Amino acid sequence: MTRLSLFNVVSLTFGFVFLYVPMLILVIYSFNKSKLVTVWAGFSTKWYSELLANDAFLDAAWVTVKVAVLSSSIATVLGTMAAYVLVRGGRFFGRTLFSGMIYAPLVMPEVITGLSLLLLFIGMGLDRGVLTIVLAHTTFSMCFVSVVVSSRLMTFDNSLEEAALDLGASPLEAFRLVTLPIIAPAVISGWLLAFTLSLDDLVIAAFTSGPSATTLPMKIWSSVRLGVSPEINALSTILIAMVTIGVVAASLASKQAALRAKRDEQKAARMT
Amino acid sequence: MGQLDKNGRRAAGPMKRAILIAMPYTWLLALFLIPFAVVFKISLSDIELSIPPYTPTMKDGLWNMLSRLDFENFVFLTQDDLYWKAYVSSLRIALISTVLTLVVGYPIAYAMARAPEQWRPTLLMLVILPFWTSFLIRVYAWIGILSNEGFLNKFLLWIGLINEPLTILNTNAAVFIGIVYTYLPFMILPIYSALDRLDGSLIEAAEDLGCSRIKAFWLITIPLSRNGIIAGCFLVFIPALGEFVIPSLLGGSGTLMIGKVLFEEFFSNRDWPVASAVAVVLLLILIIPIVLFQHNEQKQAEADT
Repeated sequence: MTRLSLFNVVSLTFGFVFLYVPMLILVIYSFNKSKLVTVWAGFSTKWYSELLANDAFLDAAWVTVKVAVLSSSIATVLGTMAAYVLVRGGRFFGRTLFSGMIYAPLVMPEVITGLSLLLLFIGMGLDRGVLTIVLAHTTFSMCFVSVVVSSRLMTFDNSLEEAALDLGASPLEAFRLVTLPIIAPAVISGWLLAFTLSLDDLVIAAFTSGPSATTLPMKIWSSVRLGVSPEINALSTILIAMVTIGVVAASLASKQAALRAKRDEQKAARMT
Repeated sequence: MGQLDKNGRRAAGPMKRAILIAMPYTWLLALFLIPFAVVFKISLSDIELSIPPYTPTMKDGLWNMLSRLDFENFVFLTQDDLYWKAYVSSLRIALISTVLTLVVGYPIAYAMARAPEQWRPTLLMLVILPFWTSFLIRVYAWIGILSNEGFLNKFLLWIGLINEPLTILNTNAAVFIGIVYTYLPFMILPIYSALDRLDGSLIEAAEDLGCSRIKAFWLITIPLSRNGIIAGCFLVFIPALGEFVIPSLLGGSGTLMIGKVLFEEFFSNRDWPVASAVAVVLLLILIIPIVLFQHNEQKQAEADT
């Protein structure tokens, strides 16, 4: 075990204060009675009830969830295929271009992706709405899924899959019965990542949506531009709470799964 | 299906492999690469007031098309001060913020890698958690902190460090803070994973051989975490260069960033050809760092296997 020096303790403390205090202030002041967001005037939950009575926000939230579920599900299938092709696919024509197209969207500024997709959709004559946002979100999030899944595919032992093939499984059976269960945690976290990226996206949605579909970030954006508002603080608190619960639950579940796998391994080791 | 390969296994038919490759490939070609071609084409066309507001230049044959292409929009970019100033100022802001993020992030990643083993998963989760929280909300949180009557000024007045509120919101300083804050996990994670893999006995050996602690850090820790530093810097620099949300919310009228210019050119002025030309030039600036980033990632991936 290594001992932490004073310098390390200070940098950790500073780092986490820096990361968390802004969000903490947001959460605390969402319960503020006053409309003035920096003056504390007593505890109140009125901004939450006002938020829940606001139909425009609820509609936007529904559109956002629909887009996120659809795009992250398609992105998970395509991204897992892409990861499999990259890691196990061997050489094929245009492989460099393919891997370039997987890595480039990870860092591409959103204004460029959004603008180019919008111009494509207009050129194709597609009506902008939920469908076009789903197409756009799927495209960039499949790349994130494929990076997450391929890092798992690289570390796991290929001989397991080969053993299944040697024992007469078809490649599809080998994938379904051997590979997929092993990479499942990565596939699930890829889906979660794609889902949150879609929930979060403002710029690409602003470019690719039409008047028929407004997402929650677009709605937040139009009210945030006018300054700080307690309603947005309340909405932020709800989102932060959901993310925290989701991430903590997911990490506990994966910890448990890892423990179970370890126990199984030990059992198997004892039997041989 | 039924045929066996040389090892006696049932091989996937070439058709199936081709389909597996073709699906994600076609998707990315159609929705990532082709859109860039469209942008490029529109950047070379004229504005027109009908909808869509540009004249397509690909109607009557190749020759006609070539003769009608014009670089007017690109010439326009060089004539108007606004654009090149925005490019230069974006580069400057992205560069300074990347350095600041590295300075803030490296000690955190280092301390995480030195922390007791049983703490590390929790620390890692604490760094990743903000990344899962809405980007927009994390930027928004700083408005209330940095404004003239915000929490930071109140705190500084209270401890007596300043006598009158500092103007931070709507300046470049606020943009730096915003970028460092939102991109910090992107810097910490690759550096942490590089430092985590670092063999501690190397540093002990250096210290045993008479290196001072600081010298061992410079000669061993920094070079061995180089790939992590490079990856982190690219992950911050490239998206920061085209950043739109942060300069719009935290920056002032003096904050020129190309992402903001592009957004306004497109949505407020509705000048699509010029917006496309702005995007093409930004893309050309970014191609070198993106290729370097991808190269670094692939090298890393190959080193892992």
